[in-house]
Amino acid sequence: MTNLKPVDVAIVGGGWTGLLVAKELTARTSQSVAVFERGIPRRLQDYAVTMDELDYNIRLRMMQNTAEETITHRHSLKDSAVPVRQHGSFHPGTGTGGAGEHWGGASFRFLPDVFTLRSHLVQKHGAAKLPEDLAVQDWGITYDELEPLYWKAEQLMGISGKAGNLRGQKIEGGNIFEGPRQHEYPTPPLKHSFASSMFEAAVRRLGYHPYPTPAANLSESYKNPDGVTRAGCAYCGHCQRYGCMVGAKAQPTNTLMPVLAMRKNFQLRTESWVRRIVHKDGRATGVQFTNAAGEEFFQPAATVILASFTLNNTRLLALSKIGTPYDPATRKGTLGRNLTHQVGTNTRVFFDKPLNAFMGAGELGSRISDFDGDTGFTDAEDGLFRLGMIALGSNGDGAIGSFGIMPPGESKTNWGSEWKKAALKWKDHSASIGLSAEHLSYRANYMDLDPTYTDKFGDPLLRFTLNWTDHEFKQREFAAKLQQKIAREMGARFDDNPPSRARYNVINYQSTHIQGGAMMGASPETSVVNRYLQHWDMPNLFVVGASAFPQNAAPNPTLTVLALTYWASDAMVTKYFPHPEKLI
Amino acid sequence: MKRRQFLTVPAAAIGGTLFYTLAGEPVRAQAQTGTVKVPLRFFTAEEARVVSAACARIFPSDESGPGATEANVVIFIDRQLAGPYGRDKYRYTKPPFVESYPEHGYQAKESPRETYRAGIKTLGDFTSLPPAGQDAKLRSIEKTHFFQLLRTHTIEGMFSDPMHGGNAGLIGWQLIGYPGPQMSYRDEIDKHFGQPWRPKPRSLEQIAGRPGKPWEDEQV
Repeated sequence: MTNLKPVDVAIVGGGWTGLLVAKELTARTSQSVAVFERGIPRRLQDYAVTMDELDYNIRLRMMQNTAEETITHRHSLKDSAVPVRQHGSFHPGTGTGGAGEHWGGASFRFLPDVFTLRSHLVQKHGAAKLPEDLAVQDWGITYDELEPLYWKAEQLMGISGKAGNLRGQKIEGGNIFEGPRQHEYPTPPLKHSFASSMFEAAVRRLGYHPYPTPAANLSESYKNPDGVTRAGCAYCGHCQRYGCMVGAKAQPTNTLMPVLAMRKNFQLRTESWVRRIVHKDGRATGVQFTNAAGEEFFQPAATVILASFTLNNTRLLALSKIGTPYDPATRKGTLGRNLTHQVGTNTRVFFDKPLNAFMGAGELGSRISDFDGDTGFTDAEDGLFRLGMIALGSNGDGAIGSFGIMPPGESKTNWGSEWKKAALKWKDHSASIGLSAEHLSYRANYMDLDPTYTDKFGDPLLRFTLNWTDHEFKQREFAAKLQQKIAREMGARFDDNPPSRARYNVINYQSTHIQGGAMMGASPETSVVNRYLQHWDMPNLFVVGASAFPQNAAPNPTLTVLALTYWASDAMVTKYFPHPEKLI
Repeated sequence: MKRRQFLTVPAAAIGGTLFYTLAGEPVRAQAQTGTVKVPLRFFTAEEARVVSAACARIFPSDESGPGATEANVVIFIDRQLAGPYGRDKYRYTKPPFVESYPEHGYQAKESPRETYRAGIKTLGDFTSLPPAGQDAKLRSIEKTHFFQLLRTHTIEGMFSDPMHGGNAGLIGWQLIGYPGPQMSYRDEIDKHFGQPWRPKPRSLEQIAGRPGKPWEDEQV
């Protein structure tokens, strides 16, 4: 182990959160900042010859290498966990920018009541009506506190969209159900595709309130407050799971790195795999990492900021023995609890006319929030408390991935002449109406270290104990009926089978929205970090990211992750650095 | 060192084949004529013949257009198996290997290479069977991991960029009217509503002006 020269701040993880903290700290303080990223260096210019569906969309070339490290999963305490041997239900990124390079770009604000969900549900239904197993909590922060930081994050990325609630004034064409915003979006909405325009017209006829998905895929050229200029989207259809070849999709490499590269008090060390946060007497003293050659180093630091993906934030705390691991039997301990994913279900819709669906953008689409939160339905009596958004997006169908999708009954087999003929007939004639619903947190869903399986270094893998409950099945069943109603209005053919009530599935992609494990809150009894994302047990350690979410909201998490990162960074600058020895 | 094996690909078979695109327009398939000797990276020549015959039943050349044979799907599969994917370089392969719920996916130890090598043996004297016999043989292994890989790889070989060895002469993309990874549809995305719009397909190399770096060529 080689000891390195001390730095002021060591940041673990070179994705959206780690690099955004670095940008804020290097601009507003004189702290020397070193970011440790275990993946390879990435730059905007790398992406020109990566528009390849096989390697990127199917083999997932940008993702974390599961041969080196993965997670294990079991459905309940009664089961033994097995490794997720290849990526399936979610896609952790790696390299400069992390998952922020291959994301789709959906950039929503959460509903105001999401941040006080426990109080909200208790007030609305009474504690006795809530499921006994429900672990939902308040965040310890409010929408009003986050609003200016949401705006900063929207400006950073240049989000394209249309406001539906401007300082309390409802505006048709935007999301009228959203919390009040002080500003219109930085850039206008993306264009429509044929499919999304049909969805928009159908839901409007049904009396709902469609709005364009707010997207980090720029609708036009935009210069952000840092002076970074990016081009408008080319609708090339190679977005999610790819890096953007023109820089239209906001990614850390095209939005944060151009600024950071000029900063003298910043360094990024790629292929540097942090394996422990080193600490002594309740203070973090630095990080231990291994480089690509397998050499080990100790980097002393006065402040450590853990800013990797949800999985690794939780795992590194557990491996470093910081905090008290959650025990589902006694319900004591906080580290690893409140693991959530996202609740979805799709209705595939088929049209006689071709869609030219090879065109698209990561978050080109139309959606409704008429059923988000607990608006639009009164089914709490039947155990349905929270729902979500219904949408149709056109992010670009490849040649391979969508081949063979056809209405039920079109072919008896899935190979051979009959199948081929039907597959050719239906290619480019289908789209999908999706659901993105809140995933509530439960006592039984959590993360800890696996007792059996290890990573390439021999360290224990992170273990998920996670399954769906009755509430998620009810969310899907409610949403599927709504999707079918919309499909009928669109004049489409569709499969009207009810959604599956199967166990949690690690194979099929759902979303890369994994939350919890190091949740924020008002008390060390019920949370890992305080409302400024400072570790309750270790004042010079911050844990930033979706790991702080006590439960998931309906929308995609990235914008809220960035707003929270601004919030935490501001607290570091104004409250922590003047008194680094104590809790804020 | 093992003597390198070759497969002779009957590229001539498709010169001038007439078929219909999704746009409903008749098109004459563009592909090289003559035969080409392609060096194999993983299969023996005999294995390649068996796999090629099986792919031709999965994605046949018939009245609805050319299939796996004309697209050189077997070359695609050979390269995939020789590269990091075939060797499980990016799959978690630490023991213990245990059976679990179907929701946990493929949990076994065998890499795609090993699955093919053993799977091809189960097909026996496949190339000498008549088409109906070949179909019956494939139906009998439909539920196996080997068949599922073979089916998936056949579709991938039909429709992936030609730098991976399949989709020869962009024949797969011509078949479905897929234009390839074009740089911009900014002026087209909100036009052609309800009408097929089928720009002439181009490969990644033709579009980017320089070759891509297929993952299978990574040093293993």
